[in-house]
Amino acid sequence: MSDKKSGKPRKPEQHDPAGGPEEADTAQAARLAVFKTYKLYVGGKFPRSESGRVYEVTDSRERRLANAPLASRKDARDACAAARKAFGGWSGTTAYNRGQVLYRVAEMLEGRREQFIREVAEAEGLPGPQAAAVVEAAIDRWVWYAGWTDKISQVVGGANPVAGPYLNLSTPEPTGVVAVLAPQESSFLGLVSVIAPVISTGNTAVVVAAEKSPLPALSLGEVLATSDLPGGVVNILSGRTAEIATPLADHRDVNAIDLTGADFGLAVELEVAAADNLKRVLRPRPPAVDAPDWFADPGTDRLTAFLETKTVWHPTGG
Amino acid sequence: MTAASHQTFAYAPAPESRAVVDIAPSYGHFIDGEFSEAADGKVFKTISPSSEEVLSEVAQAGTEDVDRAVKAARKAFTGWSALPGAERGKYLFRIARIIQERSREFAVLESLDNGKPIRETRDVDLPLVAAHFFYYAGWADKLRYAGFGPDPRPLGVAGQVIPWNFPLMMLAWKVAPALAAGNTVVLKPAETTPLSALFFADVVRQAGLPRGVVNIITGDGSTGAALVGHPGIDKVAFTGSTEVGKAIARSVAGTRKKLTLELGGKAANIVFDDAPIDEAVEGIVNGIFFNQGHVCCAGSRLLVQESVAEEVLASLKRRMQTLRVGDPLDKNTDIGAINSAGQLARITALAEAGEAEGAERWAPSCELPTAGYWFRPTLFTQVTQAHRIAQEEIFGPVLSMLTFRTPQEAVEKANNTPYGLSAGIWTEKGSRILSVASRLRAGVVWANTFNKFDPASPFGGYKESGFGREGGRHGLEAYLDVR
Amino acid sequence: MSSLPPVPAFDPEAADRLASMADVTASDSALRRFLHGLPGVDAVGLEARAAALGTRSIKTTAKAYAIDLAISMIDLTTLEGADTPGKVRALCAKGTRPDPTDRAAPQVAAICVYPDMVRTAKEALQGTTINVASVATAFPAGRASLRVKLADTADAVAAGADEIDMVIDRGAFLSGRYLSVFEEIRAVRLACVRPDGSAAHLKVIFENGELSTYDNIRRASWLAMLAGAGFIKTSTGKVAVNATLPGTLLMLEAVRDFRDMVGVQVGVKPAGGIRTTKDAVKYLVAVSETLGGDWLDPHWFRFGASSLLNDLLMQRQKLSTGRYSGPDYVTVD
Repeated sequence: MSDKKSGKPRKPEQHDPAGGPEEADTAQAARLAVFKTYKLYVGGKFPRSESGRVYEVTDSRERRLANAPLASRKDARDACAAARKAFGGWSGTTAYNRGQVLYRVAEMLEGRREQFIREVAEAEGLPGPQAAAVVEAAIDRWVWYAGWTDKISQVVGGANPVAGPYLNLSTPEPTGVVAVLAPQESSFLGLVSVIAPVISTGNTAVVVAAEKSPLPALSLGEVLATSDLPGGVVNILSGRTAEIATPLADHRDVNAIDLTGADFGLAVELEVAAADNLKRVLRPRPPAVDAPDWFADPGTDRLTAFLETKTVWHPTGG
Repeated sequence: MTAASHQTFAYAPAPESRAVVDIAPSYGHFIDGEFSEAADGKVFKTISPSSEEVLSEVAQAGTEDVDRAVKAARKAFTGWSALPGAERGKYLFRIARIIQERSREFAVLESLDNGKPIRETRDVDLPLVAAHFFYYAGWADKLRYAGFGPDPRPLGVAGQVIPWNFPLMMLAWKVAPALAAGNTVVLKPAETTPLSALFFADVVRQAGLPRGVVNIITGDGSTGAALVGHPGIDKVAFTGSTEVGKAIARSVAGTRKKLTLELGGKAANIVFDDAPIDEAVEGIVNGIFFNQGHVCCAGSRLLVQESVAEEVLASLKRRMQTLRVGDPLDKNTDIGAINSAGQLARITALAEAGEAEGAERWAPSCELPTAGYWFRPTLFTQVTQAHRIAQEEIFGPVLSMLTFRTPQEAVEKANNTPYGLSAGIWTEKGSRILSVASRLRAGVVWANTFNKFDPASPFGGYKESGFGREGGRHGLEAYLDVR
Repeated sequence: MSSLPPVPAFDPEAADRLASMADVTASDSALRRFLHGLPGVDAVGLEARAAALGTRSIKTTAKAYAIDLAISMIDLTTLEGADTPGKVRALCAKGTRPDPTDRAAPQVAAICVYPDMVRTAKEALQGTTINVASVATAFPAGRASLRVKLADTADAVAAGADEIDMVIDRGAFLSGRYLSVFEEIRAVRLACVRPDGSAAHLKVIFENGELSTYDNIRRASWLAMLAGAGFIKTSTGKVAVNATLPGTLLMLEAVRDFRDMVGVQVGVKPAGGIRTTKDAVKYLVAVSETLGGDWLDPHWFRFGASSLLNDLLMQRQKLSTGRYSGPDYVTVD
C-alpha cells in the first residue's frame, strides 16, 4: 500500500461517511458531512504524526475512508516514553480500580455501538449483523477482562509450602511497557483482545494498529480517553507495521512485545531484535489456513504472558 | 500576638440530609419480581433506634409466603443457571453500578434503620457492597478457572438469612456469589433492619434481573426457621448467633442441603511491647467501637503485653475521650445507636456482670441523647479469662483488657475460647506476626490493622464461629456443587 | 547551658526532668539508642488515621471559628530570590489588614522572610503585634559550615527577628550523626539570645520530604525537642513534598508525648503545600483531636503559607455573604 495513489487522477467518487457515494452529487438536497480527522492517541492526547505524513485508508472495495497518520519511529519513541511515564501510576492502582476503568470502557463503547458497527463494517467489509456481532463481542471482551483484574493473582499466585520455617509467597506483577502489534485481519475484536489483557494487570501499552484497517483502533482511542483511563496507559499508532514495530522491538525501555500482527518473516526479525534486552515475546500463531477465532474464550495466556512472578520469603520465627 | 488562651474546637452539627431517601409507609415481600402483601396480612414495624421513630411497616412472612418465594426461585433457576456466565456477570455488573449511583440514598437509609453512623455507611458499608457485586460479577464467566473443576455447577435455590449489624453488606456477601455461580435466592433480612433489602429489590428491578432470581421476604426468627427448614432449597447460608447456627446445623442433618455458617466471635487483639503504639490504639478503638461493636469479628478482648500495659491503657483512654456518640446522621458521629432495646439490655446486663465479677469499669464522659438506645464506649480492665466478659460475646461497645507476659501465653489466651473468627496482632517484628498468626486458631488474622474487609479476601471462622468462607475465590465454593 | 534561655516549660518540674535525661544526649551512641528505641510508626495506620481526621465535617459556626483561627495562625511567607523591600512591605500590609472590605478579619501571626529582609519587615510592622520570623542557617538546603549558619542566624536576630526558622543538617541526620544535629540546634539557640537576655523563638525545620520515613520524622522530633526547640516544623516549602497531614499528625503525637514525659510544651508548624481552607481545617481538626485545646493558638501552632490566606478570606466572605467569592475580591500582595 502506498501513501498516495500512483499517477492516476483521483476519482470524483469518494466514500462519504454520512451517506452513499451518490449523495455527494446531490449536494443541495443532502447536508454536507464534516469529515473526521483521525489522529494518533499518545499520552492521553491526540497528536498528528511528528513526521507530518498520512496515508489513505480504503475499505474492502478500495473506496476512500479517510487519511490516517503514518506514524514514524519518533512517534514510537514518544509513545514508549508516555507508556513508561504512566506505568508507575497505573500499576500502583488497586486491581479494583483498574477493573472499574475497564468496565467504564465497556460502558462507553456500548454507548457508541452504532458508530463502531459502521466503522467495523467499512474496515472489514462485513455485513451489518456480522459487524454488530464483532462489536458486541468486543464490548463483552472488555467486561471479561474488567473481571480479571482482581482475580488473576488468586489463580496464578499463592503461598508455596517450602521446607523450612518461612512464609513463601508468589505474586504476579505486571512486567512494564508492552508493545502490541494488533492483528491485521481483525481490526476491532482482535484489537481489543490484545490490548485489554495487557493493561488489566497493570501494564501499559504501545499499540500498532492493523495497517490496512486502522480506523477502529484510532476511534478506540477516543473511547479510552473518556473512560477515566489515565493518559499513556494505552497509546495507539497507525501506519506501516514494519516501520513502527522495528524501533519498538529495538527499544531498551520496552519490557515485552506481542507479535500477533506481524507476518512470519517480520516476526522473526523482531524477535531477534527483542533479544537485545530480553523482552518477553508473545509469538504470533504459526502460519495457518484459518485466522484465529477472536470470538473464542481467550483463556488466561494473554494475561500471564505479561506478568512476572515475585516470590518473597519471610521467616516465621518469634 | 495576644497572650495564649484556652480554646476548644466545638464541631457544629453536620447533618446528612434525609431527603435523599423516600421510605414508604409500608412494604410487602418481593417475590417473583413484584411486591405483594403477606398471605395472612401480618405486619410489624421497623424503627430508627436512635430516636425510636417508626420508619415503616413490613410484612411478617408465614409458611405460605416462604413456600411461594422458594417456588419462584426454583422456577427462575432453570433459566438463570442456563444463562452463559458472561450474561449473569453483566446483570451483576449492572447491580453494582446502580448501587454506586444510589450510594448516598442507601447509606442514609441504612443509618436510619440500623443506627450506625452515616460516615461508616457512606465510607465503609456502601463501597464494600458495590465492590462485592463487582468482584463476583467477574467470576460468573470464569468459574472454570476457580479451582473447582472444568465446569462447576450451581446448587439450585439458596435460602439466606442475614443479621442486622451490616444489613446491606451481608446481603451483598450472600447474593453476589450465589448469583454469580448460577443459583437463585430467597433472602430474609433481620427483623430490625429490613429496609435496605427491600430497597435492594428496587435495584434488582432497575437492573432488569429476571423475575424470581432474587426474592426478599421479611419476618422474624420464625420466618428464618421456615426458610431454612423448607425442603425445596438446596443451600442454607446463615450469619448470626452461634446458638441459632447450631440449631440450623441440627435441622439440615439428613437432608441434601449444603450449609455455611458465619457466627459469633470473641476476638483477641494482641498488642506486643514493640507495637507501633499510636497506630495500635487506633486499631484497638476501631476493633471494638466501629459499628458500635456490633461486629462478629470485633476485637473485644484486648491482650496487652504486661510491660506496656500502663502506657497502652493511658493512650487508649485518652483516645476514647475523643469519640463522639450521637445522631447517626451527623457526619461527625463516631458511635451510633445500639440496634434495639433487646440488644441494649443484653449489653447492659453483661457489663453489670463484669462489674459484679470484679473487673474495673471505665467510660469517657459523653452526653447521650435522651430518646433511642445508647451505650457509652466502655472499657474493662483487670479482666481475666475467667470473667464472663472475657468469654461471652457482648456484641456491643465494650472492651475487656487482659494482660500477658510472653508470645506463647498470648497465643494460649487468644485461643482459649470456643470461638475462632478473628484476631489482631500488633508488633513491628514481621517474623513474630507470622509465627503468632500461624498458631492462632482464627479464620482471619489482622496484623497491624483491624476490621479490614475486601471482596477478594476470604472471611470466616474456625470452631464455633462457623464454617465456610465468604469472599475471594474461596467464597464461590459455598454456592457450587463441588462436595 | 546557663547562658541559654530558660526552658519553655509547662510543668514546674520540667527543668529537672530534662536534666535527668542528659545521659540520653551525652554521646552519639546514647542518642542513637534512645531515638531508635522510640515506638515504631505503621505508615498505613498513620495515613489511615490522618485520612479519617480529614473526614470531619466542619460547618457553620465551627467553620467560622476555624477560618478565623487559621488566619491568626499564618506565618505569611515570601522566600524568593526576587524579594524586594517593596514586595515585603506589600506582604506586611496584607498581613496587617488581610481583607480591606472587613476590618474584623484577624491579623496573621507573623511575616516570614529571609534575614536580609528582616529590617524592612520590622519597620513595616511597627505598631502591630505581628511578629517577624526569619529563616536562617543557610535556608533551605542548610549546606554550609556551622560558622556561616550561625552568622546567618546572628544577622537575623540583630536585625530584629522575633522568631528564627532554622533547618537541620539532613545530611548529618541521614548518615546517623545525630549528636552533630543536636549540637547544631543548641548552637543556633544560643545565637538567638539577644544582648538583653531575651531570645528569638526557635523553630526547627526537619524537611520531612528529605527525611523520607515516618520513623525518621519521629526521631527528628524528639531530637529537636531535647535540644530545646520552641517549635518543630515540617518543611521549607522549597522541595517537592512539603507538609502532609500524616507527617504533621506524627509531629503532633510527638509533642504530646514530650509534654507528658518532660513537661515542656513545644509548638508545631506545617509549611508548604497547604493551599485551601479545607486543608487548613483538616490540620486544625488533627490538632484538636490529638492535643485538645492547649495547642489551638498561634503561640503553639502555625501555618507556613502564602496563598492559603486568600482562600481563607474567600471562604470567610462566603460565610458572611452566602455567595461563592472570587479572586477579584481578595488582594494580591
